[in-house]
Amino acid sequence: MNADVIVIGAGIVGAACADALSERGLRVAVIEQDIPGGGATAAGMGHLVVMDDNAAELALSAYSLSLWKDLVGDRPQRHEYSGCGTIWIAADEEEMQAAMEKAQNLAGHGLLCEMLTPAALYAREPQLRAGLAGGLLVRGDGLVYPPKTTRILLDRAMRRGAVTRRATVTAIEDNCVMLNDGSRHLAQHIVLAAGARSSALLPALPIEPKKGHLAITDRYPGFVKHQLVELGYIKSAHAPSGDSVAFNLQPRPTGQILIGSSRQFDTIDPAVEPAMLQRMLRHAARFTPRLTELNIVRTWTGFRAATPDGLPLIGPCDARRGLWLATGHEGLGITTSLATAQLLAAQIQNETTRIPFAPYLPGRFHD
Amino acid sequence: MTDLSITLHIDARSISVEPGVTVAAAIALAGGGVTRLSVHGHPRAPLCGMGVCQECRVTIDGRAHQLSCQTLCANGMHVLTASEGAA
Repeated sequence: MNADVIVIGAGIVGAACADALSERGLRVAVIEQDIPGGGATAAGMGHLVVMDDNAAELALSAYSLSLWKDLVGDRPQRHEYSGCGTIWIAADEEEMQAAMEKAQNLAGHGLLCEMLTPAALYAREPQLRAGLAGGLLVRGDGLVYPPKTTRILLDRAMRRGAVTRRATVTAIEDNCVMLNDGSRHLAQHIVLAAGARSSALLPALPIEPKKGHLAITDRYPGFVKHQLVELGYIKSAHAPSGDSVAFNLQPRPTGQILIGSSRQFDTIDPAVEPAMLQRMLRHAARFTPRLTELNIVRTWTGFRAATPDGLPLIGPCDARRGLWLATGHEGLGITTSLATAQLLAAQIQNETTRIPFAPYLPGRFHD
Repeated sequence: MTDLSITLHIDARSISVEPGVTVAAAIALAGGGVTRLSVHGHPRAPLCGMGVCQECRVTIDGRAHQLSCQTLCANGMHVLTASEGAA
């Protein structure tokens, strides 16, 4: 491997980094121990969603969505892209208030959104249970099938001379990685983009795996038309501990319905847990009762790489010379992958960035 | 082979079969081959006949994605295959 940069991990973040770095003329080598895009990249829902828990999250996700728009371009089917938009469901007046604040926040970033009265909500999504307070439609959100995008990004990097290698990294040293065949490979820059596996190589990283369950149904075209998420999701998804479920329903371009979501700490067992799955499905059926009549064809789990403050780690890491991090994206890795790659590549090349990169610097945990 | 006591509807056709005949068999007897269409619109037909391949899915009495090879025919049953647009 005769590379300027070695990228560890060929999930969507690693692939996007390889693409952005090779575009800048650097010689890139990507090391992946399994199938590119086969880890958390394939396990998630593939949503492209603007999140605004804080200003830095909103800036990163909005920036990345603009990059997705360019990438998907006029060939959406290559990514299995759907511009379905997201409807945030408000169960009561308190959540309606939260929806209004969210709308103002997003509109302040130039994002298209629309408050929905109950009548407008049911006109768009008749499967929702009666008695909801309304919702917020975010038009620019969408979804992709991330393993396909990962392949597209990797192929583009490889056409510029990037190479990929299937191997397991056993250690990261200064400007160097060690592989399981005992070989050592030098490079000026090492990019660690291994998601929840990153902490196996650097145990001091502030990353914790958060397990998630998903289920997908057979094809029922038109059952729902938008990605549907409960506003209560924000409360439950970011609780610092404990198991939780949240209503998150997504219409895939195939007509299938992807049903989420769950969050669990303190486990690295990938087995599907019937009790957690049952809790998740029951919760989903409370929002769309006829969901119980649909056939589920597959269930699975995955691990999000969660940081203590919910923001990813993008930038230099002083644990090793030449080491850069692009990990810790939790549930927003597909959405923010493209912006992550641009911020990281710009830092490596000393370029100015479109948005400030300081909020995502790994050094924020070192004080 | 003479007790054709069950009559059901497969798409626009009616067919009478013996008790114990599966819907997949009735579809074949009625001269149909295609049960469902793939995501890209390609025709699919029963392959395993034992509930594994999932290719025999049809809509039975309004309920989508039923395994025709695992469902016995019943009097008055309405079966929609891909030839009538059922996914």
